[in-house]
Amino acid sequence: MSLFGLKFGKKKLKEEERHLQANNRDFNLRFEYANNSIKTSKYNFFTFLPLNLFEQFQRIANAYFKFLNSNLFFLQLIPQVSSLSWFTTVVPLVLVLTVSGVKDAIDDFNRHKSDKHVNNRPVQVLINGMLKDEKWMNIQVGDIIKLENNNFVTADLLLLSSSEPHSLTYIETAELDGETNLKVKQALTVTAELGEDLQKLTEFNGEVKCEAPNNKLDKFMGTLTLRGEKYALDNEKMLLRGCTIRNTEWCFGLVIYAGPDTKLMQNSGKTTFKRTSIDRLMNVLVLVIFAFLALMCLILAIGNGIWEHERGYYFQVYLPWEEGINSASYSGFLMFWSYVIILNTVVPISLYVSVEIIRLGNSFYIEWDRKMYYPLNDTPAQARTTTLNEELGQIKYIFSDKTGTLTQNIMCFNKCSINGKSYGDVYDMSGQRIEINEKTEKVDFSYNPLADPKFAFYDHSLVEAVKLSDVPTHRFFRLLSLCHTVMPEEKKEGNLVYQAQSPDEGALVTAARNFGFVFRARTPETITVVEMGETKIYKLLAILDFNNVRKRMSVIVRSPDGDLTLYCKGADTILYELLDSSCDTLKEETTEHLNEFAGEGLRTLVVAYKNLEEDYFQDWIRRHHEASTALEGREDKLSELYEEIEKDLMLLGATAIEDKLQDGVPQTIETLAKANIKIWVLTGDKQETAMNIGYSCNLLNDDMEDVFIIEGSTSDDVLNELRNARKKMKPDSFLDSDEINIQFEKSSKKQRIMPDEQANGVYGLVITGHSLAYALEGNLELELVRAACLCKVVICCRVTPLQKAQVVELVKKYKKAVTLAIGDGANDVSMIKTAHIGVGISGQEGMQAVLSSDFSFAQFRYLQRLLLVHGRWSYIRMCKFLKYFFYKNFAFTLVHFWYGFFSGFSAQ
Amino acid sequence: MKNKTSSLPQEGEACPSRCPDNSAFKQQKLPAWKPQLNIATVLSIFFLTGAFCLAVGISLVLSANSVREVQIDYSDQCSDCSKLRENSSNWYKECHCSINFMLKDDMLGDVFMYYGLQNFYQNHRRYMISRSNEQLLGQNVNIGNSYCAPFATYANGTPMAPCGAIANSMFNDTIDLYYIRNSSVIQVPLLKTGNSWWTDKNVKFRNPISYNLSSAFAGTARPPNWQKPVYLLDEEDERNSGYINDDFIIWMRVSAFATFRNLYRRVRRVRQFADGLPAGNYTFHISYSI
Repeated sequence: MSLFGLKFGKKKLKEEERHLQANNRDFNLRFEYANNSIKTSKYNFFTFLPLNLFEQFQRIANAYFKFLNSNLFFLQLIPQVSSLSWFTTVVPLVLVLTVSGVKDAIDDFNRHKSDKHVNNRPVQVLINGMLKDEKWMNIQVGDIIKLENNNFVTADLLLLSSSEPHSLTYIETAELDGETNLKVKQALTVTAELGEDLQKLTEFNGEVKCEAPNNKLDKFMGTLTLRGEKYALDNEKMLLRGCTIRNTEWCFGLVIYAGPDTKLMQNSGKTTFKRTSIDRLMNVLVLVIFAFLALMCLILAIGNGIWEHERGYYFQVYLPWEEGINSASYSGFLMFWSYVIILNTVVPISLYVSVEIIRLGNSFYIEWDRKMYYPLNDTPAQARTTTLNEELGQIKYIFSDKTGTLTQNIMCFNKCSINGKSYGDVYDMSGQRIEINEKTEKVDFSYNPLADPKFAFYDHSLVEAVKLSDVPTHRFFRLLSLCHTVMPEEKKEGNLVYQAQSPDEGALVTAARNFGFVFRARTPETITVVEMGETKIYKLLAILDFNNVRKRMSVIVRSPDGDLTLYCKGADTILYELLDSSCDTLKEETTEHLNEFAGEGLRTLVVAYKNLEEDYFQDWIRRHHEASTALEGREDKLSELYEEIEKDLMLLGATAIEDKLQDGVPQTIETLAKANIKIWVLTGDKQETAMNIGYSCNLLNDDMEDVFIIEGSTSDDVLNELRNARKKMKPDSFLDSDEINIQFEKSSKKQRIMPDEQANGVYGLVITGHSLAYALEGNLELELVRAACLCKVVICCRVTPLQKAQVVELVKKYKKAVTLAIGDGANDVSMIKTAHIGVGISGQEGMQAVLSSDFSFAQFRYLQRLLLVHGRWSYIRMCKFLKYFFYKNFAFTLVHFWYGFFSGFSAQ
Repeated sequence: MKNKTSSLPQEGEACPSRCPDNSAFKQQKLPAWKPQLNIATVLSIFFLTGAFCLAVGISLVLSANSVREVQIDYSDQCSDCSKLRENSSNWYKECHCSINFMLKDDMLGDVFMYYGLQNFYQNHRRYMISRSNEQLLGQNVNIGNSYCAPFATYANGTPMAPCGAIANSMFNDTIDLYYIRNSSVIQVPLLKTGNSWWTDKNVKFRNPISYNLSSAFAGTARPPNWQKPVYLLDEEDERNSGYINDDFIIWMRVSAFATFRNLYRRVRRVRQFADGLPAGNYTFHISYSI
């Protein structure tokens, strides 16, 4: 892709803003936007040879072999020096170049083929009021095109209208991010009116101003000006190249970015190469061998000088010195180079190629392993990077995500607390809690024809409360059925399937459905809910969406009775600060319940609502519209508005969702711990949940001497807590005589590697994200590493994706150890990319983690086999190979060396 | 790892599309032999190998002991000639020398006569490549392109036949063996053919084709250190003359070390030498540079 960058860099320095008008090719052509043909191939017939050779010589690994080899070749051309016939050095060089050249040629040929195939796909374009079939590559920015069901999206399009009501369009983004659940896009109302009226579409002359092409898949900002009015455009109205249209008969789109400017093509950047420690060792070895070669040649050259002086001089009757050689020392000098040629076999020319082939083989073995194949969703293990196999056997630190990695990420609504009353536990006659098992009687939802039969709940009192029309309970479930982003799919009457992007939401909506608040249908402006058998249509006025900073989402709806209500759900820490002071007592009770839920390892959310004044809301919604059409600082303005309205909320209760552990997780963790691998869990969950999961999967156990909890909220607190922990684990590490202290005082500024320390027992450490933020600051880093590495298990909770990466970076920096990060979600991507080896779990939360990982499989427990079997085998095989390779080279070359002493050092 | 097997598809069961094949190769279950090294196996193998090597060694020593060898260094004994030759400008001067020796016992069986040289670096790289294999095959080639220089052509352009440093420095002492019995001197019959390798004689060395040998080498000259042209190497037997002369072929097969022996003659087993050399007094008669 760098070629494109170059090309565009030359044409116009930088595109700052894109400006285009629909159906106006002349206008758009002025800007010289790229058309829709793509080129991923690197060479053509004529440029192949020079470009490919240039590229091959640029590859670092090959560079100095080829340098050496070509040097040898030129040395050979000097008759006094040449000791072998010329083809002995040319043949391997040509062979290596040809093999990689042919491989590149085949790759490029395939790219040519796929480019040609893609560029020639047909699509319907609107030209002069008529729909015409055109090839993809002839599409220009500003064209209006028609896509039908199951078509690939041709370019980055602005959705204008579609066959579905409210111009919804369903797309599958598998090619873009690997997620297979359907996503919904929706056109502006003003363009949706165009429908499939070709006349109107031809007359459509909206002008679009938007940002320059970039690679952010989830962001788009722009405005559409139509008949003097401005409309905001965002990612919700964009169909990106690489997606597939699903469940939509037809849709029309306006081409915004085409060909190389599309987000898909902008994203196909180069990935950074990860190298293994064996690679580094190999580089060192090769350098040492070079030095060794020079030494051998020097010895032999000196030997030759002496021999020519002592013996060769008298041998001249039979063998006169060559022309131009007049002294023994000059002869010795030339002989040095002759020996460089003859002994060059000691330098392993083909080593890198052979090593790559062996690694490739090992990767295939990983992919072929049936013991890492997960039959339930038909997923074999995948080695996406083929160069890291032997590093797998050297792992010392594992950084693991919790949700979806250790747990299944299949959520079920388990408990809740409504208006100070906790539901979910089952009690017997005497008031004793009973363990829930298969025999426990499930709640009968037969009164509700739309209930999901798979849903199970055991506490009958909640159903009673619903049936008694308890107001808070009804409001609680109404909230759950309204405040979410789930898409319903009702293919047959009464057979509802929810498409949820987050499984938590799916679980909550399903719970509400079973208790009689069935979320039935959604349009951009309404939500249809069947409340206790009665269909109600709520007007959806605003969605205040969820993100990682806000950690909450809200909806503002108008009920059929005309009441304006804001419903909000979110993390307890965040939401508690937004509550109205009137619900303090309820807050305390709910907190108690929350702690109880979290103690059982459940994921909790707090729900709240607020009734809104009509006047205030009208004012707010006006400002909201302004903010959302702003081109600059839109997000800041919006979040300000959100905060303004999300306050003084009335607490309703809390939900608790169970996230079940995956199969075999405790056993795997135990085995890995036996292999002396340290496991750090980095999770976004709250401390209690995290610790509970820690206990249930055997990370923490009662045999541990102590589990330190670091939750200080100032820098000093954190420092003290860390120091106290270390004092307990290894008291003598504070003495001046401690080796590490001495070492660190000496080398104050340089890159420091921390040696391993041994604690006086088994300890665990739990640190919260808040404290972690302090601990990751400059001067505390060291304390954190020392304390954390003394512990067998470290759990970081409430961490952000960035902190995950920082923690991995920290260990990489101070420990000379190989790290592995394993995770399944988008929030693990940074950590996976930072660690030496990234492993993605191809599970529920989409595929981003897999796409950026080096290895991927479906279940956490396969990690054991990957590390302890494949990693070990790969390492052993590689070591055997290297040993043999070097042995072979030396054996072959040293024969020449020793023979030099018998043949008058004549390079024979 | 036992707990994993539960979720695996059973063998023979129909597999979904992406399930890896259950072949021995793909599952890394090919039969393999990994020796477990323990004291018993290692020691027994070690001693068995040792015993085998010992047996081979003993038999080699025994067979070597049955070979009788007489070695005579005539550089010292023919010191006059050696002195003469130390000045290399005297290379062409003839010199004769006789050496007496006595065999105490009969030397039975085949008897081989070798000459040996010391400190003669036939393995020097430039010496070794200084020959033209095409020329030695009897082909008419321009030896200027070969590595023969400076022994390729004379100043007037006449090519040397054979060219190169190896040929030029050919061993040219003539050694005759006499048996002295009851004061009568009998020349021991020696075979000068059949000493070289069959492939050398018949494949790698060939004379140029012509109606006779001297015409075949017309237009060429002998190497500077030679006393006579190549087609007169064996004046009695034309099939042993030119490039296919056995002495020449043997010399051209250069030795790997600076101290070496080359087969020179074999005793022809006739008359009183039918069983080999009988015990008694012998004389080597050595003529330098003939």
